[in-house]
Formats: sequence, C-alpha cells, structure tokens
Amino acid sequence: MLNALAQLGRVGIGMLERLGRGHLLLLGILRGLPDLLPRPGLLIKQIYSVGVLSILIISVSGLFVGMVLGLQGYYILSQFGAEQTLGVMVAASLVRELGPVVAALLFAGRAGSALTAEIGLMKATEQLSGLEMMAVDPIRRVLTPRFLAGFISMPLLAALFSALGVLGGYFVGVGLLGVDDGAFWAQMQAKIDLHEDVFNGAIKSVVFGLVCTWIALFQGFDAVPTSEGVSRATTRTVVHSSLAVLGLDFILTALMFGD
Amino acid sequence: MVESVDSQVPLVSIRGLRFSRGSRVIFDGVDIDIPRGKITAIMGPSGTGKTTLLKLIGGQLRPSAGTILVDGQDIHRLGNRDLYRLRMRMGMLFQSGALLTDIDVFENVAYPLREHTNLSPSMIRKLVLLKLEAVGLRGARELMPSELSGGMARRVALARAMVLDPMMIMYDEPFTGQDPISMGVLVELIRALNDASRLSSIIVSHDVQETAAIADLIYVISNGKVIESGGPEAMINSELAWTRQFMQGLADGPVPFHYPAAELADDLLGGAC
Ligand SMILES: Nc1ncnc2c1ncn2[C@@H]1O[C@H](COP(=O)(O)OP(=O)(O)O)[C@@H](O)[C@H]1O
Ligand SMILES: [Mg+2]
Repeated sequence: MLNALAQLGRVGIGMLERLGRGHLLLLGILRGLPDLLPRPGLLIKQIYSVGVLSILIISVSGLFVGMVLGLQGYYILSQFGAEQTLGVMVAASLVRELGPVVAALLFAGRAGSALTAEIGLMKATEQLSGLEMMAVDPIRRVLTPRFLAGFISMPLLAALFSALGVLGGYFVGVGLLGVDDGAFWAQMQAKIDLHEDVFNGAIKSVVFGLVCTWIALFQGFDAVPTSEGVSRATTRTVVHSSLAVLGLDFILTALMFGD
Repeated sequence: MVESVDSQVPLVSIRGLRFSRGSRVIFDGVDIDIPRGKITAIMGPSGTGKTTLLKLIGGQLRPSAGTILVDGQDIHRLGNRDLYRLRMRMGMLFQSGALLTDIDVFENVAYPLREHTNLSPSMIRKLVLLKLEAVGLRGARELMPSELSGGMARRVALARAMVLDPMMIMYDEPFTGQDPISMGVLVELIRALNDASRLSSIIVSHDVQETAAIADLIYVISNGKVIESGGPEAMINSELAWTRQFMQGLADGPVPFHYPAAELADDLLGGAC
C-alpha cells in the first residue's frame, strides 16, 4: 500500500519534472528567435521540410473530408428541404472545427513525428553535443527554426485543408447531387462570418501549431539517446499531440462559441 | 608572445572529481593534470566513464564535487558567454564524428567559422581547404557525411575541430572500429598535428597499443579512481598487476575472466530453485 503510494508519487514527480523541462525548453526556444533574423535561410529550409512537404497529405485529406461532408450533409439537409444550405454546412464545419483539428492531427503524424525522430537521432549521434562543444547553442540553431516553421505552417495548412474541403463539398453537392450552384455559394457567403468562424478557426490552428511543434521538439530533445528511445519518443509525440489537440479544441470551442 | 597563463601550469587540472549517474558512482576522487603541448592518454576499460570525463572537461556535465580548471578557469563556474568563449578554444572529436548530417563535408568544416567569425567567403574557403588538405580529404569536400567511411568521417571531424585553431583537442576513442590503414593514418595525424600546432591533446581510449605508441603520458583509470600514471614504458612494465593486465591485455588476472557466479558444477547439477 505504502509502496504503491510512493510509486504514484514518483510517477507524479517525474511528470512534473518533464513538464518543467518542457517549459524551460520553450523559453530557450523563444529566446533564440531574435537570433534567427540574420539567418532566414535556416527558417526557409525548415518551412520546406515541415510545411511544404505536408501539403500533399493535407490537400488530399481535405478534399476527401469535404466530399464526405457533402454527401452526409445533403442526406440530412434534403430531408428538411434545405439542400441549398449545404454550402454553409460544409464551410462552417470545416472552418470552425475540421480544418484546424484534422489538419493538426495530420500535422502531428507527418511533420511532428519527423521532427521528433530527427532531433532524437541528432541527439543519439552526438550531433547536439557536437554543436555544444563547438560553442553553438543547439536550442537556438536547431530547435528555434523548426519551432517557428511549425508555428507558421500550421495555420496555412489548416486554411488549405478547409479550402480544399469546401471544393470537395462543392464537387459532390453541386456536381453530383444537383444542389443549385448559385445557392451553394450565396448561402455560404451570407452565413459564414469572418470573425465568428474564420477568425476563431484561425486562432485554433495557431494554438494547435504551437502545441504540436512544441511537443514534437521536446520529445526529440528529451529522448533517451538510443534507437529504442527515439522510437518511443516518436510514438509519444503522436499520442500526446493528438490528445492535446482534441482536449484544447474542446476548451477553445467552449470559450469561443459557448455563450 | 604573451601566454595567458604561465606555461608551466597544466592546461587541465582536475582535483577531487566526483560524479555519479543515479546511484552509480562513476568518479570518486579523481586527480588528473594534463600538461601543455603533450599527448596525454586516459585509458581504462569500457564503461569506466572515459567519455563522461571528456564531457566533464568540456563543461557539458557538472561534477557533484571537485574542480576542473581549464587554462586556469574553473569551467563549471563560468557564465554561458565565458563558457562558450572557452569552448571555442577546445576541440572535441566525438567517437562517432558527430558531423551534421544535413550539410556536406565542406560546410561541416566551415560551420564553426561561419558561426564564430566574420571572415569573407573566400577566406573561409581557403581555411577550410587547408584543414581538409591536412587530413587528406580536400577531394572529398562535396560528399555528404552519409557517404563517408568511419575513418573518413573521423578525419573530417578532426578538420572541423581544428578549424578555429584551438589550444587543445580531446579525442574520444579515436582508434576504435578502424581498419589498420585508417588506424595508422589517424595515429600519424594526431602526432603530427600535436607537434606542428603547439596543441595539447587528450586521448581517451582502450586501444592500448596505438595509444601507448603516441602518448607522452598515460593515466589508467578504473572503478572511479586513477590507478596509476606515467610514461608508456613505465605503464606496460608496471609494478601493479592490474595495470599490467590491462596494458598487456591478459585474459585473467586481478580482473577475473568470469563474472561473479556460483560454482559451475552447482549451477549445472543444481536446478533446485
Ligand atoms: N546519458 C547517460 N545516462 C545514464 N547513464 C549513462 C549515460 N551515459 C553513460 N552512462 C553510463 O555511465 C558509464 C560511463 O559511460 P562512458 O563515459 O560512456 O564510458 P566509457 O566511455 O569509458 O566507455 C556507463 O556505465 C554508462 O552506462
Ligand atoms: Mg566512451
């Protein structure tokens, strides 16, 4: 009994310690931002590997999710004779929820896991120690550019996801199921609010981008420097990021729309 | 030329060093002096903490007690800025080379120059090519680290460690896993570099023959303590049975061949548990 309690305490302390290290790391990363100004090349390279390389999976998924929304939405709305509002339904669900959330989940799986593996391997192969011994701070040189790249890429990827989703809904709704073309767009224009919908969705994806990139970098930096340690850290990145995104989405939604 | 500290004073001076990982004590009161301009070897079996010692000297790990003076400065009491300034004068060759895998050989060697100097691109090019020439790899400048053999990677890392003209270079197991030719090349290089550039070298290794061939001074460590120190000859013909066993590579001696176990017969016949 007492043993179990001590065990619990140890686990708790371990978790708090990790949390503390995570925040210290974030602080170190943010402190490196001014250092990045004279070296735009570092950032561009990372935006390419974190953002540009995620475009394909985000686009294809966005298209499919939009098409499914078109089918399901049409089925329900047509029962009430409200097919013309299909555009609103598709756009609102994408911009408010599915765009930021699904894009973030995909981002964690594609870019986040890659970041963790890369940093973890750099640690395991002593590249980070090597930088330190060359009097170069690995946090500033290696982590900060990757962090900023994730932070910038995520909202853009979420926007791309939503845009392609709307197109997917359009193909299915207007192209296949015969919803009126003009009504689809006109209703969407009238009902989707810049502040309520688009702006709030953008805030979500900014938060998700920050959290996913932070988790990925921390897991890599904190990984046990062996092949097993790196693979476990990569798994943890995906699990923790997904849970964080879904949990934060609930909180943010409650704050934004729950009046 | 004015020396920052009297050249009689050791370059690195370790006193009463203690360090543990978790409950495991790795160093328990170690005193080591590394003289200037010489090649000093620190030898001991695998897992005694040789790599750890280099990381302590480089200020990457903190001892739980004791001091390490590098060129007269207590490395664990320096602020970040001073620590980084001191590290610019210390080169370290990691066991794996630790080259940055996303840039080519030339850029790896140029990296410290780009970070710490404002030299013009043409000047950087000249310096990098000279250092690569010194390790015989000027022709390999466009290769990526993944295209290098282990020995080549270590030589590139050596060029990188030298590019800021440091006062000392620390080598972590430079000979391990090398074929005889690249081993010979490395032995020659380390000796030549040390003598040509008024460098001080620290070699950490368990490869007795190669290390004894080039070291001026050898420290033998085991179980967290310095067992003995002296010139290579003296170490090989040491009075201490332990040092003799290690230096001559005898299978049995004070360090038993067998991991502690019950009697073999009991183990084979028993099975009663
Ligand atoms: N990051 C680490 N965490 C925990 N223990 C470590 C770590 N690095 C090394 N050790 C342990 O410290 C001891 C000394 O390691 P090391 O300095 O690498 O030995 P050597 O270089 O002499 O082979 C080993 O027993 C090793 O298991
Ligand atoms: Mg080692």
